[in-house]
Amino acid sequence: MSTVRDVVVTGLGATTPLGGDVDSTWAAALAGESGARTLENDWAEKYGIPVTFAAQIKVAPDQVLPRPEIKRMDPSAQYAIIATREAWADAGSPEVDPERLGAVVSSGIGGIWTTLDAWDTLQERGARRVLPMTVPMLMPNSPTAYVELEIGAQAGAHALVSACASGAEAIGYGIEMIRSGRADVVVAGGTEAALHPMPLAAFAASRTLSLRNDDPQGASRPYDSDRDGFVLGEGSGIVVLESAEHAAARGARVYARLAGVGLSSDAYHITSPDPDGRGQIAAMRRAVENAGIGYQDVVHLNAHATSTKVGDLTETRSVRTLLGSDADHVALSATKSMTGHLLGGAGALETIFTIKALADRKAPPTINVANPDPELDLDLVRDVPRDLPAGDVAAINNSFGFGGHNVALVATSV
Amino acid sequence: MAATEQEVLAGLAEIVSEETGLPTDAVLLEKSFTDDLDIDSLSMMTIVTHCEDKFDVRIPDEDVKNLTTVGDAVSYITKAQA
Repeated sequence: MSTVRDVVVTGLGATTPLGGDVDSTWAAALAGESGARTLENDWAEKYGIPVTFAAQIKVAPDQVLPRPEIKRMDPSAQYAIIATREAWADAGSPEVDPERLGAVVSSGIGGIWTTLDAWDTLQERGARRVLPMTVPMLMPNSPTAYVELEIGAQAGAHALVSACASGAEAIGYGIEMIRSGRADVVVAGGTEAALHPMPLAAFAASRTLSLRNDDPQGASRPYDSDRDGFVLGEGSGIVVLESAEHAAARGARVYARLAGVGLSSDAYHITSPDPDGRGQIAAMRRAVENAGIGYQDVVHLNAHATSTKVGDLTETRSVRTLLGSDADHVALSATKSMTGHLLGGAGALETIFTIKALADRKAPPTINVANPDPELDLDLVRDVPRDLPAGDVAAINNSFGFGGHNVALVATSV
Repeated sequence: MAATEQEVLAGLAEIVSEETGLPTDAVLLEKSFTDDLDIDSLSMMTIVTHCEDKFDVRIPDEDVKNLTTVGDAVSYITKAQA
């Protein structure tokens, strides 16, 4: 029985290190492929950056977008537009009153290529060479603004920023826009394009990146005993959210319901998660309560799990604390083992994975776990996909960001 | 070295094409930037920035508003180079 407040997902779009669209990305994820590669540049020699690899998007935007669009958009907006066009077409290009159509697309870092290119231009060539489009390209709301223009959204366009939780928070806000009656359809998600030497150097300086330069594809290894940090990724994931009523009225294909949103903040430390997991537990508990399901309904969890020593286990302890013995029947997947960490794009891409997992009844694998951390006490899906049970089931997607931002989304099957 | 009007037109057409996606052969002397080529003020300023760079000229903002057609810009740049 659907009510007016039910929000369903009717379209998916992505451009990622695994593929230029959702189908190729999902197929690569089910096949356990890694999107990490050695970078073809001289950053290591030129700047002394200790990391020589990353998870770059597989299909470059200039293969997809016309040149004027490339020149008017930061890469973060380019990725979002590519993913939006796929998602919108996938949803059947719904006819919707523009005043009932919203956009919520977040980036964790913003237009950093544009910012730093313009700074280089200013220093090397002076103010008259700084391009007039610089500000609309670098502003962190640029991707959501371009999406708003693309689809003609007039209900509102927003860009919530919460570091690596941004993409999930954007989807959560999109859900709330529909629930509160502001919109019938919302295009929501996240994007990131920060594979620039400066952020790479800065993440390396914070000692959060894997230094496994001789084995890029084996570097992102959440829950493995030898994990040594995350792999910087890039890309975008976009979903079309729709009120169940609106979707039903136009006979739309529905992938899943996004039934629960749970938000919290740690108030503990600027980068480290609260070791007791209070914020993470609160976010998941709120999401499950918000969805009106029981813990026993949860069969799958797409973990935030970035492959850092501390973060991975804090999350699994939080899951165990909240779900207790109900955690035993949760198939745990850490897809960053394959995609790397898309920062502001991560929560959105992983929401897509969670939705595809429910729709296809397949939990994607976690790769590179040669020696599981002995403290991991959850049921990790390793190397090959796992079939999920039939019937009415639910899944959780967790996203946590620097600043202590915690976002949990609950998806339920249809 | 100063370019001929022909060379300036060819160079300007490339810049306009990059900015708008129009084919270079659509950038003709009699075309209006706003009415025919649909170029907004931000795009016009981008084109001016690229022209200054490419032709090594200075086009002050007060002069940009007088550049209505492609021909106006070609004449201006050619004169400014001389």
